[in-house]
Amino acid sequence: MTDPILKIENVSKRFTRMPGLAERLVGKVLGGGKPVTVHALTDVSLSVMQGEVLGIVGESGCGKSTLGRVVSGIYAPSDGRVTLYDKPIARAQGGNVDKLTTQVQMIHQDPFASLNPRMKVGETLSEGPRYHKIIPARNVQQRMRELLEKVGLEGAYADRLPHQFSGGQRQRVAIARALAMEPEVLVLDEAVASLDVSIQAQVLNLFMELRRDLGLTALFISHDLSVVRHVCDRVAIMYLGRLVELAPADELYLEPKHPYTSALFASVPTVGTGKRRFEAIKGEIPSPINPPSGCAFHPRCPLAGQRCSVEAPQLSDAGTNRTVACHLNDGGVGKPLRAAA
Amino acid sequence: MPDSLTPAADLSALPSAPPAETRAMRLHNFWSDYRQSWVAIGALIVFIMLLVGAFGAPYFVPQDPYDLANLDWLDAFLPPGTVGSGGYAHLLGTDNAGRDMLSAILYGLRTSFMIGISAGVFALAAGITVGLTAAYFGGRIEALLMRIVDLQLSMPAILLALVMVAMLGQGIPQIIFALVVAQYAYFARTTHGAASVERRKDYIEAARSTPLPTWRVMFKHLLPNVLPPLIVVATVQVASAISLEATLSFLGVGLPLTEPSLGSLISNGFKYIHAGRYWLSIYPGIFLMITVVAINLVGDQVRTVIDPRNSR
Amino acid sequence: MTAALDVQNLTTRFATRGDAVTAVNDVSFSVEKGRILGLVGESGSGKSVTGFSIMGLIDAPGNISAGRVLVDGVDLRSLNDEGMRKMRGNKVAMVFQDPMMTLNPVLRIGDQMAMAVRVHRKLSKTDALEQARQALEAVGIPSPGERLQAYPHQLSGGMRQRVAIAMALLHSPSVIIADEATTALDVSIQGQILAEVRDLADQMGTAIVWISHDLAVVSSLADDICVMYAGRIVERGSAQQVIEHPRHPYTQGLLDSIPARHTPGTPLPQIPGSTPQLSRLPQGCPFRPRCPRASDACTVTPPEDTKDNQTVLCHHPLERS
Repeated sequence: MTDPILKIENVSKRFTRMPGLAERLVGKVLGGGKPVTVHALTDVSLSVMQGEVLGIVGESGCGKSTLGRVVSGIYAPSDGRVTLYDKPIARAQGGNVDKLTTQVQMIHQDPFASLNPRMKVGETLSEGPRYHKIIPARNVQQRMRELLEKVGLEGAYADRLPHQFSGGQRQRVAIARALAMEPEVLVLDEAVASLDVSIQAQVLNLFMELRRDLGLTALFISHDLSVVRHVCDRVAIMYLGRLVELAPADELYLEPKHPYTSALFASVPTVGTGKRRFEAIKGEIPSPINPPSGCAFHPRCPLAGQRCSVEAPQLSDAGTNRTVACHLNDGGVGKPLRAAA
Repeated sequence: MPDSLTPAADLSALPSAPPAETRAMRLHNFWSDYRQSWVAIGALIVFIMLLVGAFGAPYFVPQDPYDLANLDWLDAFLPPGTVGSGGYAHLLGTDNAGRDMLSAILYGLRTSFMIGISAGVFALAAGITVGLTAAYFGGRIEALLMRIVDLQLSMPAILLALVMVAMLGQGIPQIIFALVVAQYAYFARTTHGAASVERRKDYIEAARSTPLPTWRVMFKHLLPNVLPPLIVVATVQVASAISLEATLSFLGVGLPLTEPSLGSLISNGFKYIHAGRYWLSIYPGIFLMITVVAINLVGDQVRTVIDPRNSR
Repeated sequence: MTAALDVQNLTTRFATRGDAVTAVNDVSFSVEKGRILGLVGESGSGKSVTGFSIMGLIDAPGNISAGRVLVDGVDLRSLNDEGMRKMRGNKVAMVFQDPMMTLNPVLRIGDQMAMAVRVHRKLSKTDALEQARQALEAVGIPSPGERLQAYPHQLSGGMRQRVAIAMALLHSPSVIIADEATTALDVSIQGQILAEVRDLADQMGTAIVWISHDLAVVSSLADDICVMYAGRIVERGSAQQVIEHPRHPYTQGLLDSIPARHTPGTPLPQIPGSTPQLSRLPQGCPFRPRCPRASDACTVTPPEDTKDNQTVLCHHPLERS
């Protein structure tokens, strides 16, 4: 395999909400009114090879969207660094973030929100490339037509406004906008989640085709395990801001190693018939404001032991190209917390 | 309907999108919604007539009220309908200097419109800049700017305008500046409200992560999407600028009678109202009232039409 | 035995500027006690409007222009407003995608549930609270007594949805209509709720209409499935029939486009085109422009074709191979 082009090294991201003036005044008297910190990402390291599609999977609050935004240069990491070809993607400047590259482009979940409703599609596509002089000015029109055709739309659609398109067509426009910047890396944040089932297949096919033709490298963020399996080479599973398991897609689906991964697979309904039990994970997803001690999954884990509630597991090797953050893979969990069911 | 029975072939590019909606079509839809209310149509007609009357005044009024050579003391205080020394009827009478009231009112209306509209436009620009900056950058900048705006909104606009005029002196540019200072806060507040909502939408994030420079995201992406509610505020603020200016002139700190606005005409006539020469103040007053009401009714209907909650 | 819910030829139209659209077009189905009917469709298929129409929750510019909705043999459409209010919550209840459509944010869970109990039954507040506690317990809420004291915002999304389901259960209604009730939830929470819902139908004998866009959820939960397209039910049958041997080309296309059914990385069979707009439907079969089996015959509205209780609205249904 070639060298990684995108490196995410020990990245943490915290969001701190400062209380307003009124809250601080009330807090002085009644207590409280202190800043609240959300630990959205904690010490995440990943690297992505040239031409690889890495899936990021997890439930709400797991930090997958934050990770996507850190990689896209929308947020700067609180700790650690994200680099493309060893150059940082963004830097924090005062309260704002300065994105340093055009090589990473993002595709959002909701194509009804991600296109400027008052800008014609042609302008939406050409604005970035024009500003950054990626395409010579005299070729812009022709290039826009090519791009629209590449994503399965007609070149003549450039004159239309987003509200004249259906959801699937808008998502094609959003893909074209990202491609227009000629990026090295695409970040797709739940890019097919809001589309109808029949349209989802169209957009996935388009993505796989573009990937083959253009050799795209991509971070594919999704909660949908079957979609991720279909398009990704490797998959990272996240839980409450941490990476819990990383493995090649086919191996992961064949044999998940982290108890959370197994539980997640078991609770996904699949198309099939016959009555079946949903093997529910017990309990609720904890809040990232007050994550549990030790392994964040231990309050819900059927296999948790005493060690899990005190010591956070580190990622350790679990076979070739696989890592997992679980004490089961790293010397045992100690005395079981729960009686075996 | 042309047959689209072609099986299975790649229809994903099938032009299922409706034909491009043109600006003319949108205008047409806007108008067909606007005309639902007879009151609003009436208000629009009145407003247009007032505009034509004010700006076309030099072409059809009998007298140039600024030209002192046209004034004759003998014509002073003629009641409405009297034929004066010029050989024509003074439909609304004449004032203490023998000025034809109708001519003075239409010229005054022109001044009022000019002041109101320019104050509105400048206040809009200032308010947009403040509101967008606050919403876009957030944090301390937002807190600081919006606290100033709140502070200003808690004071009566007329008070601020009076203080400004007292500092700057009389004259049209000074009045406009005073009105802008008194009114930009309304625009800033409205812009800030709308922009704070739009700011969080994905298309802003998409533009920032392209990356595009801040000014471009603010003015090409954010601004066009917060403009519609501002247009409504702008119409109402133009009306309020006109009445503010009239108030200032009435209080004697606005425009001198040599370049009369509606306010200074009312103020001038007020001295004679107890002497039974009602027309000197009443007619400019009626024009002021009609103007303000017409603009407000038009603005109200525009609000109804563009409010997404009322859309189909 | 009469079905708990019997919908006959239900038609709901919306008049917008210029034209009227038929959001629900001649829809018929029935659900027996203790059974779950899955109503599947994409956006604009009319599945949600069907749910609202059953509940009598259609406001202008929409109106139910034809059909009957029988709950335990009583035609809801023949009732006046007062009669409908008595049925709603008591005999038929609805669960929405957003639980805050049901919950009042400023009242404690217990207070609003007790209030809902006492709308239809004369009970002391203590007894009503006890009823509420039992309902919370039935949907698997841990320490239900404490939750009665909580405000909705103190609960997680999954918990709120359980409370909304518990509220729907308060009067042991004959029919519950759930509109995308787990769509906004995480898979692990969704799994928990689906398991509870299945138990409810089995143990309490409630008839449930489960409206969803997600074929996987519906296929693993429902006994029977109706597939909707452009306001019509295009296929109706047992879950097994519809999933294993779909007869409508649209159902077949939907099933084919699910990634889990194909080798990773291979192109997915896709239904061409986009979901239709109700105001611009083609003449005849609405699926015609996207259908691989379409022929000239399809310009005429297709007839119902029933075989082994599996009904399909198609000129060229797929046959079992």
